[in-house]
Amino acid sequence: MIATPTPTVALVGNPNTGKTTLFNALASMNQRVGNYPGVTVETKKGRLKHCDTAIDIIDLPGTYSLAPRSPDEMLTVNLLLGHDTAEPAPDAVITILDASNLERNLYLMTQVIELGRPVVVALNMMDVALSQGLKIDVAKLSQRLGVPIVPIQANKGIGLDPLKAAVSQAILDHQPAAGPTFSEAFEREITRLREILTSSEPNYLLRRLLLDVGGHTEKTLTEKHGATLANAVASARQRLIASGQVLAGIEARVRYAWIRQAIAGCIERPAVRPVSMSDRLDRILTHRFWGTTIFLSVMFLLFVAIFQIASPAKWVLDLGRAQLAEWIVSALDPGPLRSLLIDGVIKGVGAVVVFLPQIMLLFAIIAFLEDCGYMARAAFLMDRLMARAGLNGKSFIPLLSSLACAVPGIMAARVIENTRDRLATILVAPLMSCSARLPVYSLLTVALLPAEAFGGLIHPLVMFCLYLLGLILAPLIALILKSTLLRGETPVFVMEMPLYKMPSFWTIWRRSWESGWMFLRRAGTFIFATMVLVWAALYFPTRDFEHRIAVIEVEMEGKENDEKKPYEEKINELQAEWKQQSILGQAGKWIEPVVRPLGWDWRIGVAALASFPAREVMVGTMGILFAQGEGDIEEDEYRNDMNSAIRDAHWPGEPDRKLFTIPVALSVMVFFALCCQCVSTLAAIRRETNSWGWPLFTFVYMTVLAYVGAFITYQVGSLF
Amino acid sequence: MPTMTLDQVQKNQSARIEGFIGDDVVLQRLMEMGLLEDEVIEVIGFAPLGDPMEIRLRDYRLSLRRSEAARVRVAILP
Repeated sequence: MIATPTPTVALVGNPNTGKTTLFNALASMNQRVGNYPGVTVETKKGRLKHCDTAIDIIDLPGTYSLAPRSPDEMLTVNLLLGHDTAEPAPDAVITILDASNLERNLYLMTQVIELGRPVVVALNMMDVALSQGLKIDVAKLSQRLGVPIVPIQANKGIGLDPLKAAVSQAILDHQPAAGPTFSEAFEREITRLREILTSSEPNYLLRRLLLDVGGHTEKTLTEKHGATLANAVASARQRLIASGQVLAGIEARVRYAWIRQAIAGCIERPAVRPVSMSDRLDRILTHRFWGTTIFLSVMFLLFVAIFQIASPAKWVLDLGRAQLAEWIVSALDPGPLRSLLIDGVIKGVGAVVVFLPQIMLLFAIIAFLEDCGYMARAAFLMDRLMARAGLNGKSFIPLLSSLACAVPGIMAARVIENTRDRLATILVAPLMSCSARLPVYSLLTVALLPAEAFGGLIHPLVMFCLYLLGLILAPLIALILKSTLLRGETPVFVMEMPLYKMPSFWTIWRRSWESGWMFLRRAGTFIFATMVLVWAALYFPTRDFEHRIAVIEVEMEGKENDEKKPYEEKINELQAEWKQQSILGQAGKWIEPVVRPLGWDWRIGVAALASFPAREVMVGTMGILFAQGEGDIEEDEYRNDMNSAIRDAHWPGEPDRKLFTIPVALSVMVFFALCCQCVSTLAAIRRETNSWGWPLFTFVYMTVLAYVGAFITYQVGSLF
Repeated sequence: MPTMTLDQVQKNQSARIEGFIGDDVVLQRLMEMGLLEDEVIEVIGFAPLGDPMEIRLRDYRLSLRRSEAARVRVAILP
């Protein structure tokens, strides 16, 4: 028997039509995520079974129209045309339609038909249509549109078998349907363009070339064919406009006229539209006062939830980490392997896993808000505010979440459809002061700023200013990015306000689980690798430090608790000396001239370098470098030791000159407020933008910003 | 019947689309979403900060910014 390749079917549809629900119901097996170079959206693939035949199914991003303006939007068109070399053209396309909103949903279907693949319509939400008094004659509609239609209810799993049967049949028949025809004048222009092109392009792309001014097809084809084509397109458009047509409206007029004619007599509408539950809810939820109040409460709860879950999760992890470390210490002799396991591997894994609860919780909340329909209302309420920063309403939740942690915040930017808005949001999200900056802030404020100043309010005041710094700079940088690097036509903020519905538990759970798993797999390895590298840079060269410390540890073993202190001090001193001579320590001395203008000595420089994986590592490194060991800053005794060590620190070789003056402390804090010393953030950006360039850009611009900020803080602070 | 642009229509008023101002991608997007001549639309309301606005057309509800709505010429229906 000859093995025939598994047939493929693509799933397309408008947002809010239950497309993901249908995909999950159909593709119960082998789900995986597809990534394409140069594209930041992803597709999901799975496999469905019908009567012992397997069919691969590919879920394409939800869209209202296939008029691509960016590589992201082009992905769907390319995949449907079979222009992606990695994927063959699908054998059929399932177009899912919202039965309660047929006309607008059919618009996309008429475009899909033109791509030349057999189409099967899955008519979803029949129950909603019925509740609105809409009666649809499915058989008649199917005949008029020239495509098979299967009524389904994706959320209840109704109609899946007939749908699978229709898909199998469509693959066998291989009968593409015929869509609307454009005017003769328009088709004449298409013929002219075809004659100029040396390559044979599908009809659909020729239409896009003519219709989408500045669109993706125009860009790629004129790059390929040069000025001749560009001129031909320009004059073709001129002729169409001269004949009295509005270019922007040619396509929509043709398609909607065809749709209206096709559905005439197939839908019965009630004389008076019944007032729905959604109408009543919206009166409250978008109300000037109540809507705003409810919105602020929801956002407050979201923020508190992410912020709070970080601490118990961290506590459990620390506990597990301590246990494991203890076990390793008892099982292994001192040496590179033991150190790698404890300081590299366990810390690395911990640094990855610590984000999981936050990511999963945030995505559960986002899935809930999206699934029930509130997300669009939230964007509606916040759009005006975000528009001032050149963003749109959908950027609000990612930026708010970044106040707890930038990693879930960056992932949450997926809700933004516009590529440039999404990028701008991702790039400024790390500027929001996250919870990992707190240990750094609290160490330095408590140690160095006299608590009585400003009526005892100095600590909260400094903290507030550091948060404010991010809150002011993030929108400002977004605005700058949107008018320089990410410049382009203002995205059109047309957004459907979907009907409210009961969210599905499975959708929420799935989204939450998937995002957690994706983070572990895609970002986790990168974070882990960096942690191990930084460990190595602090460990090597070992000389005989490890041995000397081990000797003292053995001596200390037999002593009473109150006699241990001198030994511990000796160990801490050795640790500090070791770190100073390590690769990273030497690098720190080497960069001292660079950090001098910030008021830092080489030790602060090393602490900053070593905290590349995560800001809070800075506290531990400072502990080691100032010979206090790496303790828990939450514990009073350790904190007191650290505080006095930092307060008493002097410039090397100048015992009368205190290292940490107030301008120096502020300069360090400003640096950590603005820098991107967080490998997890960079890994998340790398993952979400599908490029190495953007995380690099983020790191560079934030480091420059942090340096300049710290420089100004120190220099201005030293004037007083 | 007075002609005005969509952004000037009051809450709960209905209007019929008469035409459009300009010819660019913003209009293309609006028309793709079903805003075309002779369609009747109803303004549901405005966001608390005054922008964007929410309208009903073709069996669904759409939110758009006032700057975009200003590109649509309408006639108020009684």
